[in-house]
Amino acid sequence: MSVLEVLSGVLLAAGALAVLSGGVGMLRFPDFYTRIHAAGVTDSAGAGLILLGLLLRVDAWSTAVRLLIILLFLALTGPTATHILAHAARRDGVPMWREGDPRQ
Amino acid sequence: MSLLDRDSTRAASAQQHPRRKSIMRFLRTVPFPVVFWLLLSGHFEPLLLALGALSVAVVCWLMRRAGLDHQSVTVAFALRLPRYFLWLSGQVLVATYAVVRKVWSPRPDLRPVVESTPAAHLPELSQVVYANSITLTPGTLSLDIEADHIEVHSLERAGVDELREGRMLSRVRRTEARR
Amino acid sequence: MIFAVMAALLVTMVLTLLRAFMGPGLYNRILAINTFGTKTVLFVAVAGFLFGRPEFLDIGILYALVNFVATVAVLRLTHYRELLSEAEGGERG
Repeated sequence: MSVLEVLSGVLLAAGALAVLSGGVGMLRFPDFYTRIHAAGVTDSAGAGLILLGLLLRVDAWSTAVRLLIILLFLALTGPTATHILAHAARRDGVPMWREGDPRQ
Repeated sequence: MSLLDRDSTRAASAQQHPRRKSIMRFLRTVPFPVVFWLLLSGHFEPLLLALGALSVAVVCWLMRRAGLDHQSVTVAFALRLPRYFLWLSGQVLVATYAVVRKVWSPRPDLRPVVESTPAAHLPELSQVVYANSITLTPGTLSLDIEADHIEVHSLERAGVDELREGRMLSRVRRTEARR
Repeated sequence: MIFAVMAALLVTMVLTLLRAFMGPGLYNRILAINTFGTKTVLFVAVAGFLFGRPEFLDIGILYALVNFVATVAVLRLTHYRELLSEAEGGERG
């Protein structure tokens, strides 16, 4: 096993952990806005780590370019979609959870 | 800027230098779809190149029609962007660690707050980059963008305080600054 | 390692779908579907590597785009008037 493979394995493992944490957080967190933060863990860190981990095992430059483009798209569109969603929810009056409130 | 305003300014500038302005605009818009198409395709037969040119033309027409070609990314900005991305991914990793710990802790101590962080006198592009960076970092989320501040929802007060220190903001400013 | 990542992605997809079924409300569901889409893109990319077929990545790019457009379109359907008035009121829509 080369250094690159080990490094890629570490990145993939960290990415898998981040993705899983995001999914669990989506179920555990108490309201819509906090769940957005959990989803953000998967969307930014999880996606980035997994794609970088895959980037270290490519053997053709066209594959690497495609991975980078996916990474760029996700980094651009993810936060934008999340922002519109949160903005619309706030305008719609989705209640915000404070410490001590029951789960929603 | 309202749609009407944009149309009238465009009409006014078109009267001043009709040809030159639209050609400059075209030249600044075209390279992006061309490079994108070439990267994704990797084929150079005449038929495919013709189809590619056609699709680039359609994309340019659509961008012009949507009024998106009035601003463009400068070369200097594009060159400074990777460094900002590197710094940002470091921040994202640190913030991710904090949120992941909250997710797995048996009793997550969440104290969500909504505060505003100053973001005055930012050009449009920097505003987009800044708000997107806030949302991209787990633990903070931009709710509303006003002219001089951004409303931020954060999992705990520390997140907003860190934004107010302004390290991210000054980095964003430096990234777009023209020299 | 790739198998572990695929397993984590699959488990997370199931969790996200649970959230989408449970709701409550429209926004929780849209958020869950949006995250599900991101995970699908990752899954397609990882599957491409597992089967040694990098062409899957093209599908991934397409899916990332469609996912974003779908989220915006759903919000646009439910908030058509609001987004329009916002775009005209000087804020970025």
